[in-house]
Order: sequence, then C-alpha cells, then structure tokens
Amino acid sequence: MATDSELIPPIGATPPPPGPPPRGPAWLHQNIFTAAIGAVAGYAFGHWVGNMIASGYPNINGASGQNDIAICLGLGIGVFGWLLGAGALNYPLAKIVGREPAPEAPESNWTRYLRFSTDHKVVGIQYFFAVFVFLFTAGLLAMAIRTELLSPTTHIFGPGTYIEIVGEHGTMMMMMASSLVVGPLGNFLVPLMIGSRRTAFPRIEASSFWLFSGGYLVIVTALPLGGFPTGWTGYAPLQTQAAGGMDSYLVGFAVIGTGMVLAGFNLIATIIHYRAPGLSWSRLPVFVWSILATSALLTLATPTLICAGLFGILDRTAQTAFYVTERGGSSFLWENLFWFFGHPEVYIMALPGFGIVSEILPVFTRRPLFAYRVAAAGMFGVALLSFFVWQHHLFQSGINPDMRPLFMLTTELISIPTGFIYLVTLGTLYKAKIHFDVPMLFALGMLFNFLIGGVTGVFLSDVPVDVTVHGSFFVMAHFHYTIMGGLVFAFFAAIYYWMPKLTGRTLDMRLGRIHFWCMFVFFNMTFFPLFIVGILGMPRRVFEYAHNLQGLNDFSSISAYLLGASFLIFVANFIWTIIIEPRRAAANPWNSLGLEWQTPTPVPYYNFERIPVILSDPYHYSEPEALPVADLAPRPSAGAATVGVGRGSADETDPRPPMA
Amino acid sequence: MGRSAKIAIVGCLLAIATGLAVFTAMAFVASTPPTVDFVTGHQQGTPVNMEIQTVGSVGSGIHPSWVSYLTRQPNGRWVHTTLWSLPAHTKVNVTVLQYDSGSPLRNQQFGQVTGVSADGRSGTMLLNGKPVSVVNSNVGNGVGHTFSAPSLGINVPLVGVNGNANLCGVAPCTTKSPHNVIQFSFTTPGPGEYRWQCFVPCGLGYLYGNGGPMQTIGYMDGFLKVVA
Amino acid sequence: MSDGATTHQAGSGGTPPAGGPGGEPRHFRRIFTVWISISVVADLLFWFLVGPHIPPGRMTSAAGGAQFDFNVLFVIALPVIIGVWTYMAYALSTWRKSRVPGLPLSGDRARGHFGVQTAWMAITSTVVIGLFVFGTVELIVPAGAGGGEGPNPIWTPTSKTILPIQVIAQQWKFTYRYPTFGGFETSQLILPDNTTIAFHVTSLDVIHDFWAYQLGIKADANPQQDNVAFTTTDQVGSFTVRCDELCGLWHGAMYNYGKVVTKSAFESWATRTRAQLAANTKNLPPFAWTYDPSANGAGGGYYPSNVDHFSKVETYGAQRAKV
Repeated sequence: MATDSELIPPIGATPPPPGPPPRGPAWLHQNIFTAAIGAVAGYAFGHWVGNMIASGYPNINGASGQNDIAICLGLGIGVFGWLLGAGALNYPLAKIVGREPAPEAPESNWTRYLRFSTDHKVVGIQYFFAVFVFLFTAGLLAMAIRTELLSPTTHIFGPGTYIEIVGEHGTMMMMMASSLVVGPLGNFLVPLMIGSRRTAFPRIEASSFWLFSGGYLVIVTALPLGGFPTGWTGYAPLQTQAAGGMDSYLVGFAVIGTGMVLAGFNLIATIIHYRAPGLSWSRLPVFVWSILATSALLTLATPTLICAGLFGILDRTAQTAFYVTERGGSSFLWENLFWFFGHPEVYIMALPGFGIVSEILPVFTRRPLFAYRVAAAGMFGVALLSFFVWQHHLFQSGINPDMRPLFMLTTELISIPTGFIYLVTLGTLYKAKIHFDVPMLFALGMLFNFLIGGVTGVFLSDVPVDVTVHGSFFVMAHFHYTIMGGLVFAFFAAIYYWMPKLTGRTLDMRLGRIHFWCMFVFFNMTFFPLFIVGILGMPRRVFEYAHNLQGLNDFSSISAYLLGASFLIFVANFIWTIIIEPRRAAANPWNSLGLEWQTPTPVPYYNFERIPVILSDPYHYSEPEALPVADLAPRPSAGAATVGVGRGSADETDPRPPMA
Repeated sequence: MGRSAKIAIVGCLLAIATGLAVFTAMAFVASTPPTVDFVTGHQQGTPVNMEIQTVGSVGSGIHPSWVSYLTRQPNGRWVHTTLWSLPAHTKVNVTVLQYDSGSPLRNQQFGQVTGVSADGRSGTMLLNGKPVSVVNSNVGNGVGHTFSAPSLGINVPLVGVNGNANLCGVAPCTTKSPHNVIQFSFTTPGPGEYRWQCFVPCGLGYLYGNGGPMQTIGYMDGFLKVVA
Repeated sequence: MSDGATTHQAGSGGTPPAGGPGGEPRHFRRIFTVWISISVVADLLFWFLVGPHIPPGRMTSAAGGAQFDFNVLFVIALPVIIGVWTYMAYALSTWRKSRVPGLPLSGDRARGHFGVQTAWMAITSTVVIGLFVFGTVELIVPAGAGGGEGPNPIWTPTSKTILPIQVIAQQWKFTYRYPTFGGFETSQLILPDNTTIAFHVTSLDVIHDFWAYQLGIKADANPQQDNVAFTTTDQVGSFTVRCDELCGLWHGAMYNYGKVVTKSAFESWATRTRAQLAANTKNLPPFAWTYDPSANGAGGGYYPSNVDHFSKVETYGAQRAKV
C-alpha cells in the first residue's frame, strides 16, 4: 500500500527528482481532451438510456415533446464521463479491481495544467483559469442584460431570451463566486501559508476542480436546451414547468455543489491537521481563517442545495410532487431549502474577501493587523449566524409571518460580526505607513464598496422597508455591491498581490492602476443608479420598465459596457506580462512576512524542503525585535515537541495516514 | 517558445473566443420568429385585415407536438409566427380560424370578451357569424385558446371545436378540417410593442399547462409591434 | 451595519493606543469634528429635502409607513457611511507613505486596543438592537406594514369596515375579485379612498408577487395559499401593480394600473361593473379564498391521470354543467 512515507519523503530528505515522463506523446495521456470525449460519449449514452426509459410515455412523446429523463441522465452520465476521461477515477477504479495505482510523478511540463493533477499548486492554477472562463462567459451575458434594458419597450432579445440570459448570468456568477477564492487561492496558498507539503486529500482536491469545470459544461448546455426562466434562484413550481435548460441548472448545481463540498471538506481537514509545528490558532494567517470559515459553510450548507435539486429533478422526471402544492407538495419548500443553502452561500462569497483584505492591509500599511482575534471571531460569527437568517428572503411570502421579527433580528445581528471586519481594517489603517500599491487600491475599493452593500443590506432586513425594496433593483444593486464590489475587488487585490507567487511573474502595475480606477469608477457608476431605479419601483428580471426610468437605466448600461471593457485591461495586462513577454518577479516583491513568500518561486513540488517551524505570526511589521515568521531549515530533531503549539503535520516520527 | 509564436497562439485563442461569443449572440438574436408586415403598402385610413389560425399541433419543426398560432401574410401564405407589425391608430379586422379543441378555462374571467368590437358593438366577437360577448367555458366544447393583449384590454376567448372530431394536426390547416371562425376588430394604439398571449393552459405535458408553447414566442405568445 | 464607532472613540477621549512622538495631533478629535458636522448637515438635508419625496409616497398608510421607516434608516445609515469614509479619507491622507518618514517597517505597533474594541462592539450592538426594536414596532403597529401576512394574520387593522379584495395571479396577469359586490372578477383594480383594504393574494399556478408600488403593498401569490396584506388608503390617485417574483416568459410584462377614487365614485363603479359582468359572474365558481385549478383538466396534463381535458374532478373553474 502506498503510504505517504513512500510518496512524500521524510523531513530532511532531499525531494526525489521528477519521475519518468509518461510514455508516448503527451496528448495520448488522459487530459482535458479525453475528458471532453468522455463527456460527449457519456451524454450520448445517458440520452439514449433516457429515451429508452421514456419511450411510449404519452406525456412526453405526445404532448410536451420534452424528455427531461434523457436530459438529466445525459448530463449526469456526461459529467461522469468527464471525470472518467480526465482520469479522476483511475485510483478508485484501480483499487476496485485490486490493482495498485502508480503514484503520480511530479511533472514540470506545462501540459500538467491540462491533466488531473493532485498537486495543489497545479489545481490552484487550473481553478484560476476556470473561474475566469466562468467570469467572462457570465460577464458577456451581463452585457446582454444591460443591452436589453437600454430601452423600456423596444426589445433586442425579447422576453424569453432575456430571462434565459438573466438566469444563466446569475447562475454562472453564483457558481463562479462560490469558488472564486477558495478554488484558486485556497488550494494554492493555504498549504503554503500553513507550512504543509500538500492538502489533506489531494485526490479530493483535484476532483473538486474537475467537478467545477464539469459543472461549467453542464450549465452552458442550458442555453441550447431552451434556457431556464427562473433566474438563479430557480423557484419551484416554475422550475417544474420550465424547459429543458432547467435540468442543466439542477444537475449543474448538483455537480458544482458536490465540488464545493469536496473542496471545503479538504481545506478544513488541511487547515486543522496539516499546520506546521508552531502554527498555533493564534498565529494562523487571517486569510486561512477566512478560508476555514468559508469551507465550513461550503461543507454544511451546500448539501441542502444538492438535495433540493434532486427533488426538483424528480419532480420534473418521475413526476413526484415535492414542490407542487396541488399534489401534496409545497411551493414554499424550494424557497425554504434553497435559501437555507442560499444565505450561507452569500457569505461563502463574502468571507474570502474579508480574509484577503485583512491579509493584504498589514503588508501595505507596514503594521500589525489590528485586533486579530476580532477578525477571526467576526468571520466565524458571520458564518454561524448565516444559518439563521434565510427567511428574510421570504418576508412577504406569507410563510411563517409571525417569525418575521426573529429573522429581522438575526439578519441585523449579522451586521455586528461584519462590523468587526471594519473595526479590524480601519484599525489597521491607524497611524500606518500606507503604500498605495495596486493590491492596496483594490483592497480599499473593496472596503468602500462593501460598506455601501452592507448598509443597504440593513434596509433590506427591515421588514417594513423590505415591503418596498424586496425583489426590486435595490436588492440587485445591493448584492452586486457585496459580491462584485466586495469579493471580485478583493479577488483582484489578491491577483495583483499573489501573482508573483502563483507564476513567478508580475503584472504591469501601471496598467493595474488604470484597471483599478476604471473598474472602481465604472462599477459604482453602473450599480449606484440601480439602487435608485429599485426604489423607484423597477422589479428585478423584467424586460419592460417604466419610461421614466430609461435615463438611469441607460446610464447604467453604458457604464456597464465600460466596466466590462475595464476587465479587458486586465486581460491584456495578463496576457502580455505573464504569457507573451514574461516579467520575472522578485522573490518577495512586497516585503511580506507571510510564510508563503518565504518559499522559492516557482514553488517546488514539495513546497518546503523541510517542514518549517513557525516562530511568530506573519503580522509583526514594525516589530524589529520579533522572531522571523518561521525557521525554514529546522534541525530534524527540532520538531513539534519542542516548539509546537500547533499540531504539526511535520512530525517525522508519526507517519501520516495514507492519502485519501 | 518564441515571442511571436506566443502572440500567435494567444491571438488565435482570443479570436476563437470572440468568434464563439459573437456567434452565440447572433444565434440568439436570429432565433426570433419572423415578423409579418402589415404596414408596408397600407393605405392611411383603411383597416388592416388580418387572418390567423390556431392548430393543436404544429406537426413540423423542432417542436412538432406543440400547439401554435399561425399568421397569414398579406400575400396569402401562412407563416409560423406571432409577431405582427401594425400601423398605429388603425382599425384591425381579425379573423381567427380555430382548429383546436377546448377545455374549461382555468379562470372563467377570460370567458368575457373585452377590448374588441364586432357588428358595431363593443365587447363582442362574431362566433361563426353570431355575436357573442360571454363564453361559458364549462359547457359545450369549452375554450381552446384566447387572444389577449392585457395592456390593450383585449381578451377574446376562442371557442374550441369538438375534441372527438377529426382534428387538424399539421399546420397550416385548411378549412376542410373542423374549425370555428371568430371575427372581431380593434384599433391599434400609438407606437410601441404590445405583448399578447393565450390564457388557456394549453401546453400539454407541462405543469399547469403553461410551459413549452405557452412560454415561447411564436407559439402562444407574441407582440403587436405598432409603428407610427 | 457597523456604526460610526470610529468616531465615538474620540468621544471617549481615548488617547491613541500606542504612543507616537509628543505633539502628535489629536486625530480622533479632528475626525470626530469633521464627521459630526458633515453628518448633521447631511441628515438634516436628507430629512427635510429628500425624505418627503422618497417612494412609495403617502398614498396609503402602508406607503407612508414605508417612507417613514426608509427615511429613519437612511438618517441612521448616513452617519455610519460618512463616519467610515471620513476616517478612511483622514487615514489615507495623513498616514500615507510619503507623509510618514522612517524605516520600511515603521507603522504603528498596536495589535489591539481594549477600549476601542469594546466601544465598537457596544455601539454596533446598541444600534442593531435599536434597529430591531424600531423595525418590529413599525411592523406590528401598522398591521404588517403592507407585507403579506399569510392566511391567518395576527397583526390586523383596528378598522371595523374592511374591504376585502381578492388578487388572483396567473401566468401572466392579475385579475381582481370583489367578494362583497357579488363576487365579480375583473382586470381593473379600483379602490375607495379612506378605507381599510385587505388584499387576499393567491395564485392559480406558479409563485407570483403582487406589488402595488404606490400603495406600499407586497405579497407573494402562492398556489392554494391566501396571503393577506392590509393597508388604508389616504389619497386618491393612480398606482402601478407589478409582478415581483419571476414567473416565466411575461414576468416583465405582468403589470397593470389601478386607481384610488372617492368612496362614491368607487360605489358607482362597483355597482356598474357588477351589472356589466353579471353574465360572466354566473359562470364563475362560488367565491373561495383559494383555488385548485389544476384539478379541472385545464392543467395541461402534466400528471398522467390528468391528460384528459375534461377531468371528472370538479373544483374551482371546472363546474361543468351537464351538456
């Protein structure tokens, strides 16, 4: 049996040279193209089976002509084929037939990014490209939405295509945003930040990526299958009634959701069990805290969505009636289940942003993070409370009306731990030495935007005010301020900040500055008017609106085009300075104390030649007498026993459990 | 890899991505059914005569089992569309050939004829030549479809034919198949796009009968595109 | 959200946590002065100039309440936002690198400050609890504040004469039934002035939402559910009704306009309409708070037993007379 002691050498040993390259030409080995073949074959097979099952069933053949059984089976088996083709199932399949799988050899070829790889750094980069594919596909759909809304009554896409676009945009963005930070940065950086050589379950980590990318393919099929008319919230029973694209939504969320659970689960185990000796909870980087809180939400909230989606699939295929009132189900059931997942999901998309900003601020203010414990407490306070607020989405639904004060209270309470983050960040600015580098600009932009998003959230939590603003563009502007203004700005801060670590290359900072100012100004110009549009009575997801709102809508649309164009500045910057004309970055360009910056770049396969011993937290800027953050070359005997506050993964006397 | 090779590869990938995006966008825009033009050649002050039919199943295309409206172009050819461009402030005489069977209305309120006139009386339609202002969908053959434009206050219940008769199942139907003739007139408002739809849940096989053709432009939903 | 605690730190006269050199300006006093003056001016300007024009206006008690609550929240929110922005602007301009000489690692050393942290938490908690109490009172006293309260509302208006109006949502139109006027059903929504109205919102198919914008009413329409929302009309005028829950293809076009008219005008409209629609009212089912339309065969036959257009199950809308 291949234990870790075989796969990963003990401390002090020199990592082995890269293994023999796979035989034959690279494209013959399992990669993204064989995965695509598997997906297509799987879809075809599933579709055929579905047609067999439903043949002779008059409700499908004679009436609707829409075979949801075939679509769901096709998509499900298609994803299975995608995983199979990528090689994600090689290990368990080999085990099932009693063969010993060969350990993965470290590769240095760039084609490793197209393969199933258990190296967390490769997975991080894969996620990085995948979230951008998501972001730009959904971003183009956003441009289409704003195009339709240029005129109140003249239609470019018409009502049917318009709601398909709206639903696809929202769903893809939600799928993307829930993995935006956890996927690329969580996987890449967390092991480096906690002094580990890998994540706890590398195959699970890799599978989560292939599920994520498979989910993209599934949700994209919604458009050719007729789209779904429900928006990203997928309310039943409209969901039960909808066209075939709805199956893509349900299967897609199940696939993405499974990936989210796996990714979160793996990171929780990693953070708890794989911290280097000396890395006590009070020394844990605040970004890792945020990933831990986010992962807890991913793992606990997402299963609800998967189950709710399964009920939806059954309603649409086997004609059960979970969500159909007249048949003994309830139209409230989906709303409840969906938001029971959906509100924690909102914080899945907020907490990593808090983490990034709190992590970056000390570097660019050259002072310790203010009230570190409050930051960690705030993140976990938000995470915990987020499970108790879901019915604030249903204040006018007639469900549980007498409980509205309670949900108003829990919703408003959540602003206390959210406020902690502002205490921490604003406190960190106090008497600091502020460097306005590009990551800092994005971090400050996030604080600016999220404040507006957060304060407007209090308006929505107030039941009487919510009577007017619920379901209007006010809500829409609110959550774009928190997700795009918050998370996406923080993500760009992270990209500019960690790009030298991710790639060994650096982005052009002059273009970065232009990118920031364009994005910041046009973001606010796009979404701020939409608060007013919402208060003036424009509901979400409509293709027609009152004539007097055309001015504001046009202003927003034109700003949205410019906002979209500002992303092109980043793309051009990235392609030029990272791919075409690489600019080698300094090893630690920001003089950060973070452990991840103490490793060589590019990061070696095993991250740390010796497991470091953590000596202090990474925020002791302005404390020249403090110990360095870690001893990177500890003597083999200086293990956890002597220094350890944290439970090290590095104790060479304690062979670690086999890989997952 | 040389710099120019990298530029070429990245350029190609970007071009492909852009091309895909543009193609998808165009495919969406082009998927709209055609608009039948009643404006070109229209004489000011004369009414527009429009003939439409409803059929229980289109019988062809990507959704052969779906119920649909069809429109007769001024040149006499039937086209599968529900989009019409009409002159503003003009009387429109509509003749509906109803080839589909009927059922009780989900909401009998749509049994009331509103917003149209026939025989000089408002709130009236002609059903096979006889004036009718209220249809009780619970008796007889029920109502097959409605022609309703809510923002114009128009609602016309199209009485169904006997469901046991040999119904036309492939569009366009000819008058040899059993049908009802419903006639009415209305006056177009000022320019704008006004939606119209059917309020009978006739999307068989969909929950509440309101999926499929009921949610697709060109089948049971369309626009009156009124131009100046 | 976070309140203006940054500024209150100055109020408690806190000396900076970790000392700078002597002669250090009193940062918090400066910030506090700027914050309080901008906030007071902004709040006053908002309350008196903008507040009275905030939608949804004052056409009904619910609308007026929503406007008042919105304005109160805004007056609380403005100082919070201004406080954070003032602090940030001050910090970014005062402590930027070029203005702070010294070594690369030379920011402040404070890792926390008990007084500041405690004050922040105390103040945010107080504001939040205050908002909760305010919101709850404003919800309960005006009988649900115009929001849908489900089939058995516990917060009801005091008025003894309440006009019930049933709002029937269907894909994609609202129709309105007046049970106290013989149960006629119409596409028009006409309301009398100075009257307490109970909207009973229900749906014949998917979830819709009845949003009478200027009335300050919003209630989801669920199938088989009677969702009640109350308000009292205060002014005559016209208002917009929109569907506020995505309901399919024509969601964006699912709107109509209603009117609040004088009581006498309403009486004559209702009497006239009742007579006009009498023929069709006879065909309508007896009035009921909820309907089961899918059982009448017009459900499209999604469920196999219902493929037949003329199901034997007879409930609302399906009272099929003997032919």
